[in-house]
Amino acid sequence: MTMADSGSSEEVAVICNTDITSSESENNIINTMVERSTALLKKMEISVAEADKRTGKNTVNMQETYTVYLIETRPAESVSEGGTPAAPDTLWRRYSEFELLRTYLLVTYPYIIIPPLPEKRAEFVWHKLSADNLDPDFVERRRVGLENFLLRVASHPVLSNDNIFFLFLTEEKGWREAVLETGFQDKVDSRLKSLSASFRVKNPDKRFTSLKNYSDNLSTVISQLLRIRARVADRLYGVYKVHANYGRVFSEWSAIEKEMGDGLQSAGHHMDTYAASIDDILEEEEHYADQLKEYLFYTDAVRSVCRKHELIQYELEMAAQDLSYKKQQKEEMETGTVRIFSFKGMTSKLFGQETQEQRESKVAALEQSIQEGENALKEKNAETQEFVEKAWSDIERFKEQKDRDLREALISYAIMQISMCKKGIQVWSNAKECFNKM
Amino acid sequence: MSVGVPRGLASSGQKLITEILHPLSAAEEPMSPGPDVTAGADQEKQEPGLTNGAPVEISSPSSASVLLSRLQLDDELEADDQDPYGSTEARDLFVTVDDPKKHVSTMETYITYRVSTKTTRIEFDLPEYSVRRRYQDFDWLRTKLEDSQPTHLIPPLPEKFVMKGVVDRFSEEFVETRMKALDKFLKRVADHPVLSFNPHLNAFLTAKDLNKRQGLALLTKVGESVKHVAGGYKLRARPAEFCAMGEYLDTFSQKLGTIDRIAQRILKEQSEYLTELREYGAVYSSWAGSEEQLQRPLEGVAGCVTTSCGALEDLSDNMSQDFLPVLREYVLYIESMKNVLRKRDQVQAEYEGRLEAAVLRKQEDRTPIPVEVEKCQDKVECFNADLKADWERWQRNKRQDFKQLLTGMADKNINYYEKCQDAWESLITLLQEKQTEDKTSETN
Repeated sequence: MTMADSGSSEEVAVICNTDITSSESENNIINTMVERSTALLKKMEISVAEADKRTGKNTVNMQETYTVYLIETRPAESVSEGGTPAAPDTLWRRYSEFELLRTYLLVTYPYIIIPPLPEKRAEFVWHKLSADNLDPDFVERRRVGLENFLLRVASHPVLSNDNIFFLFLTEEKGWREAVLETGFQDKVDSRLKSLSASFRVKNPDKRFTSLKNYSDNLSTVISQLLRIRARVADRLYGVYKVHANYGRVFSEWSAIEKEMGDGLQSAGHHMDTYAASIDDILEEEEHYADQLKEYLFYTDAVRSVCRKHELIQYELEMAAQDLSYKKQQKEEMETGTVRIFSFKGMTSKLFGQETQEQRESKVAALEQSIQEGENALKEKNAETQEFVEKAWSDIERFKEQKDRDLREALISYAIMQISMCKKGIQVWSNAKECFNKM
Repeated sequence: MSVGVPRGLASSGQKLITEILHPLSAAEEPMSPGPDVTAGADQEKQEPGLTNGAPVEISSPSSASVLLSRLQLDDELEADDQDPYGSTEARDLFVTVDDPKKHVSTMETYITYRVSTKTTRIEFDLPEYSVRRRYQDFDWLRTKLEDSQPTHLIPPLPEKFVMKGVVDRFSEEFVETRMKALDKFLKRVADHPVLSFNPHLNAFLTAKDLNKRQGLALLTKVGESVKHVAGGYKLRARPAEFCAMGEYLDTFSQKLGTIDRIAQRILKEQSEYLTELREYGAVYSSWAGSEEQLQRPLEGVAGCVTTSCGALEDLSDNMSQDFLPVLREYVLYIESMKNVLRKRDQVQAEYEGRLEAAVLRKQEDRTPIPVEVEKCQDKVECFNADLKADWERWQRNKRQDFKQLLTGMADKNINYYEKCQDAWESLITLLQEKQTEDKTSETN
């Protein structure tokens, strides 16, 4: 229930090593964050250099094969000085450790759109692409995806300053324990709770509602796009590969021809080349699909922020409700009227009037309770306001990032298409030359 | 009928068909009552007006002659360009099949095509003719040619019956494809040093009305089928070159069949690809609707996908209309060639049979080998010579046609990719312009 209580705010403050909770500096948040955000990448170069297979025993003592990824970090200055770069610090991490890191970030920074991890299992694949988790192409694409994740976190104005993240990059041993020590797991909201909150919030923030709708739409449209793209890739693959049959038949045919033979034979080779060229084209296009997938998974992160906002809004409304209930009770006691049918009213009718002392002590207790409620409401109000401000600044940042990234993805997709066209023109021109010689 | 010594025939060393009876058709007379000869005689009687040339349609003389002279020029250029042998056979007969028209009567609906002729040959009364012919008329001509020139390869007509009734016989594509095939057929006949002098061709090109010959066409067909029954005789030694031709034709038709299947399969894959691609483009459009900054880039991508769809459609249409029919025509052409080879075998078989019988008789009663057998031998040699000449010609044509067909296929694919490339390149220009705009507005 206390996912954003004062404790967590303090912790955020500690981790961010700044006083963003104080209202005066809030206007400067973005600027200071950007300044500090560049710090980590300025200090450090981060990459996921390679992947490797390991075999070991899992928690239930079963043999399993898994993939580990080599994280390399090195001081950035050593590179810019032009000398031989210092040997990088390296450590191995499993995908599950990345997942733990992300869960930790998700819980610790409820108002931030946490960058998504690459998919755990290959989704939206077309038939030639392996869905096997240990498939080298899949592992390679995941390596790129994990590196991208680390770079996204490292360039994020808030997340880049997180100590656990820093330890993830630098301390192979004891990292898991350090994460668990933060106690973040206690703050994990149950999905059920946030679901019920979303149904019960009375005054939803329109901005968040529309953001939620937008990310629902985006999620639908991107998954639709990815599904169709996989089918398009399948079909395109078919069109190209059937041309390999021309390669074969031209070669066979050339055996019975005199003047035409050579031209046919070499045109056949070009048809083989054409058929083979699709493998690289579609492999490259997979990168575009991965870029889209990242934003598909981002929509979950956006929705998670929306959900957390609903939860905090719900808590605020509950506090307000609680307070007004107490105030109503007090009024009833003072005036002796019962506005609504209540259990208390019933008992007083059944067991007779209370003594004056009893009444007074009750009113005093109520007043105390109202005072507490007012404080709690104030606190919740401040908390909500803070959440909204922080969340909204991150949402704005995210929108810009999304527009920039997707525009670039579309440009690179167009470039891929152009290169495919050029390859096609090249191969067919070569074939034409051969046909012309016949 | 005016008869003259045609130019360009000296090299082939053959006399004009009307001047002498072909050894084969002469020898045929005693064996089976020659339908050809009677048919020819009947024709003379029944269609006295047939050889009278119909004057050129004067509806659009200028455009027709412009077209013809252009075609003539193209043909000559082509000959110089591609056919090293073309120059030895000066062309003086140019035919074109175009302008299909639909005729609807109470009895039937059919298409006629305009057959235009331009010539300097003296067998023709006029330098230009224009007549309208329907498929049946072409079929008649082909049958006549096959019967009167049995030693020659007669080019194929497009298939008479449409497969499975899937295709609409009166659809624009079907008529267009058939017209091209008929044009090809007639051009091949007109370019042939022997066939082009056949009087039936003359009649076909010039007669105003060909209607009266229907019954005769039927008769000759019966005669033809009678002739085929005579086969089934084992040859002692078929010359190696004809064996090689047969083997070549078998392999070639097999390869063409494969190419045809591949081309159809590609068309199928392309049409499935097109279906998915259309949907793919639509998703970009619908995405564009929910974005602000990304709206234009997304719409741009949708536009490129749509352009690519159009280009792909063009490619598929071109392939199914220009590529596949030519392949199929060649399969028929191979069949015609095989048919001639079979006929040659029959003639050789007949000679061998007679020779064998004569040799036996000679051993028994010492009679000399009769003239009849020698005639047979002449016939075989004549057939062989015709066939070899036609084979060479066919090989040259085939080489030209496939060169053209396959470079055409390459061109169509190149054209497809160029259209797509243009679309994507203009999208990039648009996106980058937008980006620099944004950047300048940011710095301002």
